[in-house]
Amino acid sequence: MDRLIYTAASGAKHILEQQATTSNNLANLSTTGFRAQLDTFRAVPVVSEGLPTRAFVVDNTVGADFTAGPLQVTGRDLDVAVKGSGWIAVQMQDGTEAYTRNGALQVSPNGILQTANGQTVMGEGGPIAIPPNTTVTVGKDGSIASLTTDTVPATSTIVGRLKLVNPDQKQLVRGDDGFFRQQDGAPAQADPAVTLTSGALEGSNVSAVDSMVNMISLARSLETQMSLLKNAENNAAKATQILALT
Amino acid sequence: MIRSLYIAKTGLEAQQTNLDVVTNNLANVSTNGFKKSRAVFEDLLYQNVRQPGAQSSQQTQLPSGLQIGTGVRAVAAERIHTQGNPQQTGNSKDVMVNGSGFFQVLMPDGTTAYTRDGSFQTDNNGQLVTSSGYVLQPPITVPSNALTMTVGRDGTVSVTTPGTVAPTQIGSIQLSNFVNPAGLESLGENLYAETGSSGTAQTSTPGTNGVGVLMQGYVETSNVNVVEEMVNMIQTQRAYEINSKAITTSDQMLAKISQL
Repeated sequence: MDRLIYTAASGAKHILEQQATTSNNLANLSTTGFRAQLDTFRAVPVVSEGLPTRAFVVDNTVGADFTAGPLQVTGRDLDVAVKGSGWIAVQMQDGTEAYTRNGALQVSPNGILQTANGQTVMGEGGPIAIPPNTTVTVGKDGSIASLTTDTVPATSTIVGRLKLVNPDQKQLVRGDDGFFRQQDGAPAQADPAVTLTSGALEGSNVSAVDSMVNMISLARSLETQMSLLKNAENNAAKATQILALT
Repeated sequence: MIRSLYIAKTGLEAQQTNLDVVTNNLANVSTNGFKKSRAVFEDLLYQNVRQPGAQSSQQTQLPSGLQIGTGVRAVAAERIHTQGNPQQTGNSKDVMVNGSGFFQVLMPDGTTAYTRDGSFQTDNNGQLVTSSGYVLQPPITVPSNALTMTVGRDGTVSVTTPGTVAPTQIGSIQLSNFVNPAGLESLGENLYAETGSSGTAQTSTPGTNGVGVLMQGYVETSNVNVVEEMVNMIQTQRAYEINSKAITTSDQMLAKISQL
């Protein structure tokens, strides 16, 4: 049987997989703090007894795009955006630590600072409790201050500091839940150099232009694979004709 | 059959939700005490087709795997409880909260609801009620012969009556606040109900415990920012278009395959 169809089919199959990733990036155009997925194709040469004529193609997630997304000013006290590189540490249900760029924080009914999905935000000394009946402000360095307006002048107390980390990007992997973790699973050290902007959120860093162009290019490469398959079929048909006994 | 079709579908749904939230905000741009909502999105689970870091042999590991994201979903339409602008009306029954507190009103079923809309009226018994007729709690009855009504910063309500020089105190407005006001359930009619995630209502006298002070003769306008909503709407529309383009492209790819 002709080998061409398997080579072309491997191309077509993995183009569809990469198109799924491109669609995922486009679907997350408005997801706060989303980091675009980066996929590349990898050539897998076929080593056999014959001549090394073929290479299959395999789609690979090489990681995430860690460039900063656009800032959207919201004016809400508990919205924070990480400036430049850095992450906000949160505690997952199983007690492990994960990292996110989504700084839309909330206060739980028990007064604990948490993310919009209910994960507890890690402070440098554990979870951060917000005293009731106070206004909360987040400082540039991640320090959380609670302000009481009952007294004149208003008094502000530091109640904790967000754990901001900046691990090596090569060590960061995305989990199935969309949060990032260190490859070895160990919690990262807090980095005092990471700074925040409060009253703003960071948008998704997906570039609509790049993704659209990528999508078009993938669609055209798929057409190429299809015409290769057509060619293979024609060749086979011709060969069958010649070999026919009549 | 082809993942990208379903993934782009989740993107379309999310942008549709976003537009619903934006249009609701825009529709309520003149609603007193209205607090804008914001649609919150999160990425769906990732499918690990090939696990990075897995052993590819005794000595070697896969340097990178294949993770396919499955799209996006709207997780919340979160209310943003920032202060609205004070609008002076001069009406003595208009009271505005300058701070984070809520007025309490008694619902017909006996439960308590909370509102930021302080444009009160009096009913046939002289009680202060909301525009829908729900009685403010604690109830305040304005005597029929009252000449003027004054609401102090601390919630004290007093009236002057003919023949008396000194004003008479007839009650005091109390305010409630919550640990997590974003967790309140919206009931419509500018009302909110307490839920498990908002925490229990803490009732205090205005001016204490951070509930804020009262301002008579003002209403709090909606905190919707029209420009911001318009920009959101444009962004939503374009994101919707891009996702529908992804569906078209996926469809064309499927068509190419079926033409084989």
